[in-house]
Amino acid sequence: MQETISFTPQLTASPIAEMLWLVPAVPIVAAGIAALLKQPRRKLAATLAIGSMSFSLLFSLFAFAHVLAGWTHGLAIRETVNITWFQVGNSQVELGWVLDPLSAVMLVMVTFVGLLIFIYSTRYMEHDENYTRFFCFLSLFAGAMLGVVIANSLLLFFMCWELVGLTSYLLIGFWYYKPSAASAAKKAFLTTRVGDVFFLLGMVWLFSQTGTLLFYNNGAGSLESNALLLLLSQHAALGLTAAGAIGLLIFAGAAGKSGQFPLHVWLPDAMEGPTPVSALIHAATMVAAGVYLIARVYPLMQAGALAGGTTTPLIVVTWVGAFTAVFAALIAVAQNDIKRILAYSTVSQLGYMMAGLGMGGVAVGMFHLITHAFFKALLFMGAGSVIHGCHDEQDIRRMGGLKSDMPITFLTYGIGMLALSGFPILSGFWSKDGILEAAQHWSVAKTPFYMLVFGALLTAFYMTRQVAYVFLGHWRGHGTAHESPNVMTVPLAILAFFAMALGLLGTPAWPWFHAFLEGRSTRFEWHILVEPGLLGLMLTSTAVVLAGIFLGLKIYGDRSPKPEAPDVLEKFAPMPWRWLRDRLYVDEFYALTVIAFYTWWARVADWLDRKVWGGAVASVASVFRGWAHLNRFLDANVVDGSFDKGCDEISSSGGLLALLQTGRVQTYLRILALAIVVLTAILIWSSRA
Amino acid sequence: MTPLASYLLVAALLFSIGLAGALTRRNAILVLIGIELMLNAANLNLIAFWRFGPHPEALTGMMFAIFSIAVAAAEAAVGLGLVIQIHRHAKTTDLDAMNRMKG
Repeated sequence: MQETISFTPQLTASPIAEMLWLVPAVPIVAAGIAALLKQPRRKLAATLAIGSMSFSLLFSLFAFAHVLAGWTHGLAIRETVNITWFQVGNSQVELGWVLDPLSAVMLVMVTFVGLLIFIYSTRYMEHDENYTRFFCFLSLFAGAMLGVVIANSLLLFFMCWELVGLTSYLLIGFWYYKPSAASAAKKAFLTTRVGDVFFLLGMVWLFSQTGTLLFYNNGAGSLESNALLLLLSQHAALGLTAAGAIGLLIFAGAAGKSGQFPLHVWLPDAMEGPTPVSALIHAATMVAAGVYLIARVYPLMQAGALAGGTTTPLIVVTWVGAFTAVFAALIAVAQNDIKRILAYSTVSQLGYMMAGLGMGGVAVGMFHLITHAFFKALLFMGAGSVIHGCHDEQDIRRMGGLKSDMPITFLTYGIGMLALSGFPILSGFWSKDGILEAAQHWSVAKTPFYMLVFGALLTAFYMTRQVAYVFLGHWRGHGTAHESPNVMTVPLAILAFFAMALGLLGTPAWPWFHAFLEGRSTRFEWHILVEPGLLGLMLTSTAVVLAGIFLGLKIYGDRSPKPEAPDVLEKFAPMPWRWLRDRLYVDEFYALTVIAFYTWWARVADWLDRKVWGGAVASVASVFRGWAHLNRFLDANVVDGSFDKGCDEISSSGGLLALLQTGRVQTYLRILALAIVVLTAILIWSSRA
Repeated sequence: MTPLASYLLVAALLFSIGLAGALTRRNAILVLIGIELMLNAANLNLIAFWRFGPHPEALTGMMFAIFSIAVAAAEAAVGLGLVIQIHRHAKTTDLDAMNRMKG
């Protein structure tokens, strides 16, 4: 086996880590400028978005090269920059960003896939009148997602996480005049919000226990040993430690964002958005944010594990992931919308990632995340190309024979499909095998291993079914299909290359990716590949994949059934088919339970509002109204009456006195003289007496 | 009849003539002349009370009368000025026509 060279930790921030905030900031600023542009400035908006994304990609590559250089020199780089946002009493609220192998790998993946999708969108959205708005939202999304990636504080993580949720809402509802898109956007927003409430609770709990939300802070961060020991010593309910309970709460948030059962219902509906959005947000990046969150707080999830053991949160993550993987794959078998199949496939693959994290650690889950991002973005963009070429048709039963009409799309889509199925040598094979290997050696139970193998069989089967419907047989749609322009096919080809080659970074013989993430060295060892255990597993998984593809070809092959005809499997087993086609009635179940409860509760609240609170308010109001009537009566008849009377008196007496003032000077003088005579007479008379 | 009484009688007569003129005349200038007559009756009284009073050697009464005459002259000038202005404005000096000074 490999000898472990101890890597020295590198904690002081280099200039490149100090500047890392530019990576999310530039796309957000570009979004801000694009928001101010008028509709006709299409070129400028697209240039801004693509330019900012290119800058972020370039910067991410520098950061990645920096981390890589450190790694080759035996340095485990984890450079953090923390700033105090504000202070309340004695507790500080701090934000910060971190540059370590995990964030560097994610940065490069998000910016690279994002840039390709931006370029692809310039053509896909060409005829949309809200082109500038689209690029504004896309840039904002990219900035928020990059913020999630570099966050070194759970608070900053959460803020960007919510921004990502907001842009997801805006982009799913981009064609808001379609009622289905508007309601899908609402559904996505509310369903993820359910998870986010738990996430927020976990965050508050973590802050109250450790007093910090920073992940790493030179020993004082919440993911470092001091804080974890403190959390392990606290006991929550049901035999969980505080660390376990917080881990579960955070996982609930991750499950909402990453579409894990039972919060997966929003993701298939999110396909109402434009296809580039589905590729970027609902396949490659945003839905992976939940997986990334678990990878980021992995020390917390793992806290308290004994050697070789596991913890309650990780067991929950594994079971939920494995169940979601099989559950969504089953539903994907019976769907007829090209994007919906991919959506359920995404849910299923996210389940694989979660299970990989739960059983194999950060590197296993993250490796599948990275390879999946490339081939799922490829598949979605291929599906977009198909939809574009088939005049906005999304029903796979109305396609067929596109192999010759759209050769480049067929080739790249085929590579994506094989990679997703886990065909040997392609990237999906290595990353999925990593998960299966971890499942095989899991100490708790063997069931997840069988579930995941079954899921792999289903994956190969439904992808073959889809490809057979879309590309094989003969054309069954309206009009003629045409190949998409180069702007759309070149990104497909680039992604196809990575879908093939990326797996070589994480083969068991040379687990470079795992070593890079975990900070140890690695070297090339052929003999691991032919060790009996691993070889057996690889042969098993190859056999499973080939069986799935073979079954798919056998059943659907070149038949090109009529669009109206029932599916082959439907004839074979109508009842289970209908269940799967109706998505196992999860939506209906929610409609009958949660939504019915809320409707009932809303009615009760409405009744209370109208009758009880409304009645109380109305009675208080009527008391005041009566009092006001009394006041008006008193005012009109008592106060006003006496005042009016006084005014009348003054007015009439004034009129009387005004008669005296004639304006003739001599009249006044006569009165004066007469008065003096009278006065004199009185004086004389009184002195006489 | 003492000499004082006769002076007072003349003064009272003069005052009455002035008052009658001021009350009965319609011409503003004649009314002013009546007022001047009443003023001069008062001046005559001042001189008479001083001349036949207890201290005729002090010139108090004469001083008073001279002041009064000066004030009367100023008052007559103001009054005549007003009358001229009113005449220019209303083309009349008839007092009965000037009844606009009321509220």
